[in-house]
Amino acid sequence: MAMLEVTELGISFGGLRAVDELSIRIEKGGLVGLIGPNGAGKTTVFNMLTGVYRPTDGGIRLDGENLVGRRPHEICKMGVARTFQNIRLFHNLTVLDNVKTGLHNQVTYSLAESLLHVGSYRSKEKQMDERALDILRVFDLDGLADYKAANLPYGRQRKLEIARALATDPKLLLLDEPAAGMNPNETAELMETIGLVRQKFGVTILLIEHDMKLVSGICEYLYVLNFGRLLAEGTPDTVLKNPEVVTAYLGE
Amino acid sequence: MTFLNHLISGISLGSVYAIIALGYTMVYGIAKMLNFAHGDVIMVGAYMSFCATNYLGLPAIGGVAVAVVVCTALGIVIERLAYKPLRQAPALAVLITAIGVSYLLQNAALLIWGSNSKNFTSVVSGKPLQLFGGALPVSRVTVVTVAACIVIMVGLTLFTGKTKMGTAMRAVSEDKGAAQLMGINVNTTISVTFAIGSGLAAIAGVLLCSAYPLLVPTTGSLPGIKAFTAAVFGGIGSIPGAFLGGILLGVIEIFARAYISSELSDAIVFAVLIIVLLVKPDGLLGKRVSEKV
Amino acid sequence: MKKIKNLSKNGRDSLLCYAIVIIAFVAVQAVTAGGGLSSSMKGLLVPICAYIVMAVSLNLTVGILGELSLGHAGCMSVGAFAGIVVSTSLTDSVGAAPLRLAAAIAVGGVLAAVAGVIVGVPVLRLKGDYLAIVTLAFGEIIKNIVNVLYIGRDASGLHFSILSQKFELAEGGKMIINGPMGVSGVQKIASFTSGFVLILLTLFIVLNLINSRAGRAIMSLRDNQIAADSIGIPVTHYKLMAFVISAAFAGMAGALYAMNFSTVTAAKFDFNTSILVLVFVVLGGLGNIWGSIIAAALLTVLPELLRAVRDYRMLIYAVLLIALMLFNNSSLKRRLLEKRGMRQMEKLERAGKGGA
Repeated sequence: MAMLEVTELGISFGGLRAVDELSIRIEKGGLVGLIGPNGAGKTTVFNMLTGVYRPTDGGIRLDGENLVGRRPHEICKMGVARTFQNIRLFHNLTVLDNVKTGLHNQVTYSLAESLLHVGSYRSKEKQMDERALDILRVFDLDGLADYKAANLPYGRQRKLEIARALATDPKLLLLDEPAAGMNPNETAELMETIGLVRQKFGVTILLIEHDMKLVSGICEYLYVLNFGRLLAEGTPDTVLKNPEVVTAYLGE
Repeated sequence: MTFLNHLISGISLGSVYAIIALGYTMVYGIAKMLNFAHGDVIMVGAYMSFCATNYLGLPAIGGVAVAVVVCTALGIVIERLAYKPLRQAPALAVLITAIGVSYLLQNAALLIWGSNSKNFTSVVSGKPLQLFGGALPVSRVTVVTVAACIVIMVGLTLFTGKTKMGTAMRAVSEDKGAAQLMGINVNTTISVTFAIGSGLAAIAGVLLCSAYPLLVPTTGSLPGIKAFTAAVFGGIGSIPGAFLGGILLGVIEIFARAYISSELSDAIVFAVLIIVLLVKPDGLLGKRVSEKV
Repeated sequence: MKKIKNLSKNGRDSLLCYAIVIIAFVAVQAVTAGGGLSSSMKGLLVPICAYIVMAVSLNLTVGILGELSLGHAGCMSVGAFAGIVVSTSLTDSVGAAPLRLAAAIAVGGVLAAVAGVIVGVPVLRLKGDYLAIVTLAFGEIIKNIVNVLYIGRDASGLHFSILSQKFELAEGGKMIINGPMGVSGVQKIASFTSGFVLILLTLFIVLNLINSRAGRAIMSLRDNQIAADSIGIPVTHYKLMAFVISAAFAGMAGALYAMNFSTVTAAKFDFNTSILVLVFVVLGGLGNIWGSIIAAALLTVLPELLRAVRDYRMLIYAVLLIALMLFNNSSLKRRLLEKRGMRQMEKLERAGKGGA
């Protein structure tokens, strides 16, 4: 059984069919790309996978469990985490606290302990600090732990968002254009980091990306979306040579 | 007949709310700010009309004209001095400044005119109209108020829909930056909006005090809050919404006062607002705006 | 000294809050003992404490949770009148005034929290200005209802009615809340020390909350609700939590405040009071707890300091308020901040290089 099984997924906004009859299968440990021209419906797929939108039809199963109709925070608890195309950090919190917020359901203590700072408060907070710093270290952000997230440069903000998502201990990580706005050097570094993340955290990754170098460099399998429908799928080599895909990207 | 009587006074009060709400909604639509000083501009308008007729001996229409001119100017000045420097500031900062302006107007009025209430003479004189052979008397103030409200509503709809300035207003309300890039003078547009809103407030003040003649420095506060409620009720930013919200609010208030309890009428008005917002979170005629993910 | 340096910024802010309050308390006690405090100033001490608690608790909703509330005085009102009923009922059975006060404050807090739940559950899914107007509406509704509330007490217990007094009190019975007349003849049992203790309690809970798992969840909602939802934070749960805790402390502040006056009416806790407290919070800085403390104290004293110019004092207050808001957001201040921001960025770059 595949880890993520999306069957004939579709959603309509009013009369507009944004995604139609989309089926995706991702095996555990895979690193898969979702590509397609602007407006193809890629982010909409992510929004359905994470419960931000409710699909009009079709099914989504993670390790056999149904995700359709669940709230985003429930889906996160079931093991799906994501980043956003337009970075969504907690700007006024420190870098460390951003990740600690991601640990919300990993290290828990009661409200009474929160309000009175008694019981396991101290030990649990310490545990959170350590785990958060461990994750930040992977992204070279541990030295900036006490800075406000808003003050980080753009590239580091993207990394912090991935770190925060990983803190929720996901089975499946969804990255929405992780390389957007990065220069080639930063992109190369990001590719390395994504590979490292996959190894270290044993997480399955689905990513949306426009940078073909990144996509063909690290993805094992690609789904190509065009006008909300699946245009092609397969290994990067075959897909990127597919004439239909080339036309979709470059126009007639 | 009593039912009809209540309905008519409800529509009359509602028309005043609607006129204030129209000003509120226009300013909110463009400046995206809750202008808490709006209610106090109503009070200034009423005092101006009072002074013009009582001290200068102008006729009623002259009093209205003075009120409109002074309030329009006041609206522009307030916007220039207090709100314009805060265009880039967080919404709460603007809100607090508006509250400051409200305190300022109230206390200035208190210093100038004192805390004793003035007895406002209605700007519309004459005997009530006798409908159904005298069974249903309708005061002339009511007729004028409702008529003024309808004229203003239609006028504003045409103005925002058909004129160049109106188009500019709609553009600024959608996206200030883009409007500026299209060559629209954003500052002028906002000034004009405040001018119109404040002019309407002056008219509302005169009509309000013609129907409820006790004039004190806090006269505008509660009607201001209620008109704001009416604007939200109808869907803030929407002109027909403000009209509908104002009328409904007035009718509900008068009916609640007549049939349930005069002490609880405000509570009932606000309870209806809450229920409406829970069922329709953007008001009766408001547009749904959802955040893009 | 070294220990303070090692604390996080949050830790230092918390320490600063406690320090301000304790030093101010000791200083005021010293001045009072020396007879240096005018009687009108003395009369302000308990209200200042109540307003500080109001401001800190409202900051939890507006600054920490990021939702605008215009009805905080409504919660204060619930606490005030609940507190009066409790303290009056206990007059015969509980002799010690501080004990009665504590009971009144506790019950006031609990009832205000209940009101917070009743208001919060339906309205917290509304956004921005719509939430603000609904909280305003609830504040006005509470004021209206208290205005038509009649509560009396006699040997057989408490009697309630609404709109008019529909009960007869037995011999020796006493009206506690008398409709629009409100309450009169309240025993003034609130003291500056009790206010000080209530402030400390408020700070302890609110600051602890901010520096905890729940507090981070609440602040994450303020900064980005969609992202918070995506990392597993149950949005409504934490919104309600912040809102209810905030309401509870407003209720406690209300009970304290009420026990400082012999007559209390519902009109005291109207929209203007909500706004007054909001002004404290915004001027003190959103999310800045010690800022709220100082703003609440200064702005409560200010009209008193302006007594010499009596007729003009509210006018001056209004002008000062506008001027402060304009300065706070002026280009002058922005330039000053930018300079600081640049220095921070430079430091950051260095730190970043060091870390890499």
